[in-house]
Amino acid sequence: MSLEVEPSLSFQNISMEFPDGTKAIADVSFDVSKGEFVTVVGPSGCGKSTLLRIASGLLEQTSGTVKVDRSNIGYVFQDATLFPWRTVRSNIELFLELHKIPKSDRAEIIQRSIDMVGLTGFEDYYPKALSGGMRMRASLARTLTLKPPLLMFDEPFGAVDEITREYLNEETLKLFSQEKFAGLFITHSISEAVFLSTRVLVMSARPGRVIASFDVPYAYPRDPSLRFEASFADLSGKINEALRSAHT
Amino acid sequence: MGGRWKTVIPPMISVFVLLGVWYGFSARLKPSRQFLLPPPHSLFTKAFSNSRAREEILSSLILTTELALVGLLIAVFLGVSLGLLMYRFGWLERASYPVLVALQAVPILAISPLMTVAFGYGFGSKCIVCVVISFFPIPTNLLLGLKSVEPSMHDLMTLHGAPWRTRIRKLALPNALPYLFTAFRISAGLSVIGAIVGEQFFQQGKPGLGQRLIQYRVLLEYERLYATLLVSSLLGISVYLFFTVLGKRLTYKWHASAS
Ligand SMILES: Nc1ncnc2c1ncn2[C@@H]1O[C@H](COP(=O)(O)OP(=O)(O)OP(=O)(O)O)[C@@H](O)[C@H]1O
Ligand SMILES: [Mg+2]
Repeated sequence: MSLEVEPSLSFQNISMEFPDGTKAIADVSFDVSKGEFVTVVGPSGCGKSTLLRIASGLLEQTSGTVKVDRSNIGYVFQDATLFPWRTVRSNIELFLELHKIPKSDRAEIIQRSIDMVGLTGFEDYYPKALSGGMRMRASLARTLTLKPPLLMFDEPFGAVDEITREYLNEETLKLFSQEKFAGLFITHSISEAVFLSTRVLVMSARPGRVIASFDVPYAYPRDPSLRFEASFADLSGKINEALRSAHT
Repeated sequence: MGGRWKTVIPPMISVFVLLGVWYGFSARLKPSRQFLLPPPHSLFTKAFSNSRAREEILSSLILTTELALVGLLIAVFLGVSLGLLMYRFGWLERASYPVLVALQAVPILAISPLMTVAFGYGFGSKCIVCVVISFFPIPTNLLLGLKSVEPSMHDLMTLHGAPWRTRIRKLALPNALPYLFTAFRISAGLSVIGAIVGEQFFQQGKPGLGQRLIQYRVLLEYERLYATLLVSSLLGISVYLFFTVLGKRLTYKWHASAS
C-alpha cells in the first residue's frame, strides 16, 4: 500500500518538436504535487513556455505523457492579458461568466479575490489606468477566483521594477499558503526562484532538458530578509553555476 | 486655458484658409466668368436668402439624407455580416476579397444600364449605388479588428473552453469596436457621396441634392449650385461627426486612442 498522493501535475518523458522541425523539449520528466512550488529556470528559448502550454493543453506534445486535471488550471501569462474594455471587476467576472457561475454568487467571489491581491478600491478602473504591477495583481485575482488546485505562472513579474517584484513575490507566497495550490513558476530571476520555491529546476538550452534540481529548504512563511541570508546566497550561487553550464 | 483652444483653433484656421482661397480665386476670375465661382457670401445673399431656393434645397436635403441613411444601414448590415463570416470562415475571406476589390474599383457608371434593367431608375438603383460605394471599409476594417486580438487572449479563452460564439462576442467583437467605428465614419461620408452620385445617374422621383446639382448647373444658377454643394458637405460632415462621437463614447474609457 502506498501513502503517496497523486501529483497535481506529472510530466513523463515529454518531448516536443514543432512542425517546422524545431526541437523545443527533449525528454522532460518531473512532478508537481500539492504543497509544492516548483520553479523552472533556463536560457531564453529553451522551451519553458512550451512546457506550460503542453501542461495546460494549449499544445500537444510529440511524445510522452502528461497527467493533470485540466478542468481547472490557473494560468498566469507573461502579460496580464486583461481585456482593455473591461474594468478590473468585470475582467474577473469574465472567468465566472465562462464557467457559468450564477450571477447572484459573483459579487462576493469577485470582492474576495480583489481584496486578496490588495486591489480594493480599484474595482472600477480600466486596465489602461493601472500600473504594470497592479495589472499583474488583477490578473492574479482573476486566476484565483476559480480556486485552481494547480497554478502555473509564465514569467509573470518580468516587466515590473525590482521592489514591486519583491512585493509581488511576497504576496504570491501569502496566496500560496492561503489557497494551497500546487505552483509551477517560470522566471529568469534566480532570487525570485529561490525565494518562492520548494524546488528549483534548471533547464538546458534548446532542446530543453532538466539538467539540475535544487531543493529549497526554507519553511513558509518566508521573511523578506531571507533574501540576504548567507545560505540563500549560497544556493543562488549553485543555481547560477548550473544555469551558466546550461548556456552553451 | 490651452486644451480647449488647441482643439478649436486648428479647424477654424483651415476653414478660414479655405474661404480665403475661395475669395481669391473668385476675385481673379474675369467678371464675365465670375459666375463659375461666385464669392462665398453670395451663397447667402443670392441662394439661401431666396425662400424658393431654400425650400428646394431643404426638401432635397431630406430626401438625400434618407437615401444615404438607408444605404448606409444596408451597407453596415451587409458589411458586418460579411466581416464576421470572413472571420469565421477563412476560405470566405480568400473568396470575397477579389470581388470586394473589384466592386470597389469598378466605375459604377459603367454598369448603370445593367442596373436600370434590374432595378429601374428609382430608389432601388440609387440605393445600390450608395451601398456599393460605402460598403468596402466595413468588412475589411471589421476583419482587421477581429484578427488583431492578442494571441494570449485567445489562449485564455481556449483554456476556459469558450466556444467560438463566446469568443467572438466577448473577445473579438469588443476588440474590433474601434476599428468598426473608424469604418462607420468613413462609410458614412461615402454614403452621402454614394447617394448624390446615385441621384445623378438615376433621376426618377423627387429631386435630391444630386439632381439639384445637375439642374442648377443646367440653369446656370451657380449660387444655388454652390449652396447645394455646401449643404451636401455639411451633411457628410454631420454623419462623420455623429459616428466619431458615438465611437468615442463607446470606447474612450478603455481605448488607447482616446486620451
Ligand atoms: N509554434 C511554434 N513553432 C515553431 N517553433 C516554436 C513555436 N513556439 C515556440 N517555438 C520555438 O520553441 C522554442 C522554445 O520556445 P519557448 O517559448 O517555450 O521558450 P522559453 O523557454 O519560454 O523562452 P523565453 O524564456 O524567452 O520565454 C523557441 O526556440 C521557439 O522559437
Ligand atoms: Mg517563455
